[in-house]
Amino acid sequence: MSLLLFDLLLCGLLLALALASVLSRQLSHAVILYIAFGLLMALTWARLAAPDLALAEAAIGAGLTGALCFTALARQGRLAVGPTLGWQQRCWPALFVLVTLCGLLLVLLQIPVNPGPLPALVKQQLAASGVSHPVTAVLLNFRSWDTLLELLVLLLALLGTLQVAPAPVRQSSWVLSRSWSQLLAPLIILLAGYLLWAGAHQPGGAFQAGALLAAGAVVLKLNQQLNWLVWTNGWVRFFTIAGLAVFVIAVLAAWLLSDAVAEPVWLSWPPEFAKYIILLIEIFATLAIAITLTLLVVAEQPGTPLSLARQEDNETADG
Amino acid sequence: MSFGGELNIISTLLSGVLLFTGLLFFIAGSVGMLRFPDSFSRLHAVTKADSLGLGAIIAGLMFYCSWWQNLLMLLIWLLVLASGTVSCQLLARFCKNKQDQA
Amino acid sequence: MRPLMAELSSSLNVFLATAAALVAIGVYGFIVGPEPLRRIVALNIISAGIFKLMVVLAYRGSGNGDAEWLADPVLHALVLTGLVVAVSATAFALALLARLGQSMTAGQEDPGQ
Repeated sequence: MSLLLFDLLLCGLLLALALASVLSRQLSHAVILYIAFGLLMALTWARLAAPDLALAEAAIGAGLTGALCFTALARQGRLAVGPTLGWQQRCWPALFVLVTLCGLLLVLLQIPVNPGPLPALVKQQLAASGVSHPVTAVLLNFRSWDTLLELLVLLLALLGTLQVAPAPVRQSSWVLSRSWSQLLAPLIILLAGYLLWAGAHQPGGAFQAGALLAAGAVVLKLNQQLNWLVWTNGWVRFFTIAGLAVFVIAVLAAWLLSDAVAEPVWLSWPPEFAKYIILLIEIFATLAIAITLTLLVVAEQPGTPLSLARQEDNETADG
Repeated sequence: MSFGGELNIISTLLSGVLLFTGLLFFIAGSVGMLRFPDSFSRLHAVTKADSLGLGAIIAGLMFYCSWWQNLLMLLIWLLVLASGTVSCQLLARFCKNKQDQA
Repeated sequence: MRPLMAELSSSLNVFLATAAALVAIGVYGFIVGPEPLRRIVALNIISAGIFKLMVVLAYRGSGNGDAEWLADPVLHALVLTGLVVAVSATAFALALLARLGQSMTAGQEDPGQ
């Protein structure tokens, strides 16, 4: 009963924050409310007994998204002021959304209670996967196809962001925050290493560790540390791509080494090596995810900011 | 004092009082953040009351956990304390700069 | 972990309804909210609702009385992938938005030069 009360309070708070974030007049209020919403989402995952998600959300939803949104807010300038909407312009969408919500609830009530064959299959095959934590087994063995494509999506998002990101907003850092972020850094590395190692048999893994490392790196970058962590650095590029490359190489090696070379199965690890292959992929994926997320949040490329492009345009116009 | 084990009445009472005190501090801090007029007094309300409230809640929870969990909770409290202080100072500096410019 | 899950089944409906309402709120914000940044935030609220729905659906089958019952790990893994993809897509969208704002201010300044 008391837990039901807690759930009702949690869900009510989530809804109130989401609604306030959507309806608030000032954009900065909307962003701050959304960050609080992300924190409560992490609590919701913990309540729903999904600790993997809670760990990832705490680093992503509370840390990285906050930094992203505030950077965007600082860059908004003239876009921040939108036109104010009339009463009718708000009324019709609200009606539409209410009708959709009713339909959605009706549909949700009709979802069959039977979970389908997948959880049972995972449980049955868990011993052959090389790890004993089911979520890690699904991510890196049974459905590693998803993870491979996800790394590709991350890489594409980074490449796209680097093409369009404007010049970073330069701000000076302050001694106290700088030294505190330096003190936090070893702790974050320790925690990320533990998460990565723990992922084999309990909640944790490459995504959580990567997100945590990225959150720490973003704090350091915002304090003018880690100056080597830029896209122009060759090693950064190498490790960003290595996450994907090691995955593909492991797939090809497993393919060639497997007994059934004539009838190869795409993305299947031989059970006796699965543990080591998964560990290798996870280490490189963690580094790739951490670097990619950091660069996505504090994207700075000295190569082609808009000002430079405009200068070139002016020069060609002059010439 | 094992996990989920039985507590004697004094411990239960003491932890209850500590938890209640922590809750009171949190409520006071939140009310202060909502009601105080300017940024500095809001920061003052939130950071002081909340770090004290968190400390009281952790002290109250310590009656129920093993020593290892207690150590972790203490570490979390210290981290929150230091982070809260640093971010409060950062925000206050930002507000001061803005005030000086205006 | 076990008593938590047993207690949970009574409040799953609350979480299910909240997930649907979050999607609805996000859709409303996406249609109405005039600033582009608010639309991106609304998209993130939609995705939060969908993830929540998936995690609640991972609980199906918990009422069978199976002692070693686990939440559906496939859905958890999908949501974990989704979280990281969502944040990278958001970062890309915000970078595009920042570039848009910069080019708009540049376009407004140019005639005055």
